Amino acid sequence: MRFRFAEASAPLVAGVGILLLWEGSLWILSPDGFVLPPPSDILGSVGENASELWTAARITGWVVVSGLVVGVAFAVAASLLVNRFRLAREAVTPLMVAVNAIPIIALAPIFNNWFGLTSPRSNQIIVVLLVFFPVFINTVKGLSLADSSQIELMETYAASQWRITREVRIPTAMPLFFTSLKVASSLAVIGAIVAEYFGGRQDALGPMITQAAGLTRYADAWAAVLVGTIVGTILYFLAVAAERAAMPWHDSVRRGSI
Amino acid sequence: MTTEAIRATDVSKVFNLGKTNQVAALLNIDLVIEPGEFVTLIGPSGCGKSTLLRLIASLIPTTSGSISVNGKTAEQARLDQDYGMAFQKAGLFDWRTVAKNIELPLELMGWKSSERKARSKEMLDLVQLGDFGNHHPAELSGGMQQRVAIARALSFKPSLLLMDEPFGALDEMTREHVQDELLRIWQDTDTTVVFVTHSVPEAVYLSTRVVVMSPRPGQISTMIDVDLGGRNQFTRDDPGFHQAVTEVRKALRVVGA
Repeated sequence: MRFRFAEASAPLVAGVGILLLWEGSLWILSPDGFVLPPPSDILGSVGENASELWTAARITGWVVVSGLVVGVAFAVAASLLVNRFRLAREAVTPLMVAVNAIPIIALAPIFNNWFGLTSPRSNQIIVVLLVFFPVFINTVKGLSLADSSQIELMETYAASQWRITREVRIPTAMPLFFTSLKVASSLAVIGAIVAEYFGGRQDALGPMITQAAGLTRYADAWAAVLVGTIVGTILYFLAVAAERAAMPWHDSVRRGSI
Repeated sequence: MTTEAIRATDVSKVFNLGKTNQVAALLNIDLVIEPGEFVTLIGPSGCGKSTLLRLIASLIPTTSGSISVNGKTAEQARLDQDYGMAFQKAGLFDWRTVAKNIELPLELMGWKSSERKARSKEMLDLVQLGDFGNHHPAELSGGMQQRVAIARALSFKPSLLLMDEPFGALDEMTREHVQDELLRIWQDTDTTVVFVTHSVPEAVYLSTRVVVMSPRPGQISTMIDVDLGGRNQFTRDDPGFHQAVTEVRKALRVVGA
């Protein structure tokens, strides 16, 4: 987990290189920057609209984080129930598969009508639903991978089912859970912004993008996308940090992969 | 009068009873094991030796007959934690340090943290892994992991140790080393051991009595007492040892192994 300059500088150099290429090729190919604005324009727009972007980032960020927390909590609770009770597994799993097949983002306009066009509630619910399935499916799988001889060992100690879950199943499920959490953190940002296209607070990132694009102010639209990317990146690395704190014993953590 | 460590009376076990894939795993088993014995169950695959061990551990129920452990039902003995168990897979918890693995049963029994630490240290010394308490299992070799599993099984000083091919996955040299370690622990701690194995020399080297089982359905075919006294590095070259090995091999040939 040590932070080495060489490791950090490689992606930095690559990133700056891509930006320079982008900027340089636009100079030649599309001097008016109409279709794709150069990075310098986008950064300029970030500077000009800093306070609006900061407000929007906080509003959308709240939708993302609250939806993520609630969705993950529901998913973990549901996967523990499904793992523990066969009846729950048989009753709920087909239902979950069916619900999972719904294109959740398509529900955004409907939810907007349910919860009020300017309320962020519908967007939060979209995020909750979007986050729920990858975490649920992966955690259920992870809980079921527990080693049978470890469970048998716990039975020789006359351990309760809950204790077996805590000592064996949950630690076994952790790698898959955290992988799904990383996927979910990106999904949450996508879900929040797309849901915001259809309603919710008008000073959030989603409406900023649609409005700027509608007025052909592409640099402003890209600036809002950039802020959304930053929110997603922060969340991703928070998930990585949580993973490293929760399972320092795991091979993948000790080898420092993300 | 001392209570028998284990008494199995007319025990049978049928898997999938009443279904088309019904299998008679054990038929009319009678076995008495006295405290302090080291008894090995040996026999070809499908003879039910692991099943018998699981019945004694009360991990699965008998179909008929009864098993008592330390004078109680097997179920009660499990609830009272009268035995420690070790499996072919060491089954250590990767997310716990070596010391914390040994402390696991003690945690479940509600021991105080200071007492747990003292005991895990004592057990680590017993299996000669004193310096490895803070390591994670992944950092240990297979033989070391198996020694930790034995330390874990013995951590609460049960009167009975049940072992299901615990050394099956080890190479020959490591295997002989942990066998000696197990014998030393057995002699030092007055534990009764029931040990399942595929290996004839292992059975003879370790035990005071070898129980030879036959398959389909699993039954006890012969019991052979082994009297070699204290084992040491010369035991495996001893004529008595070879005689006992031959005797067990003959018994196995009779049952079709």
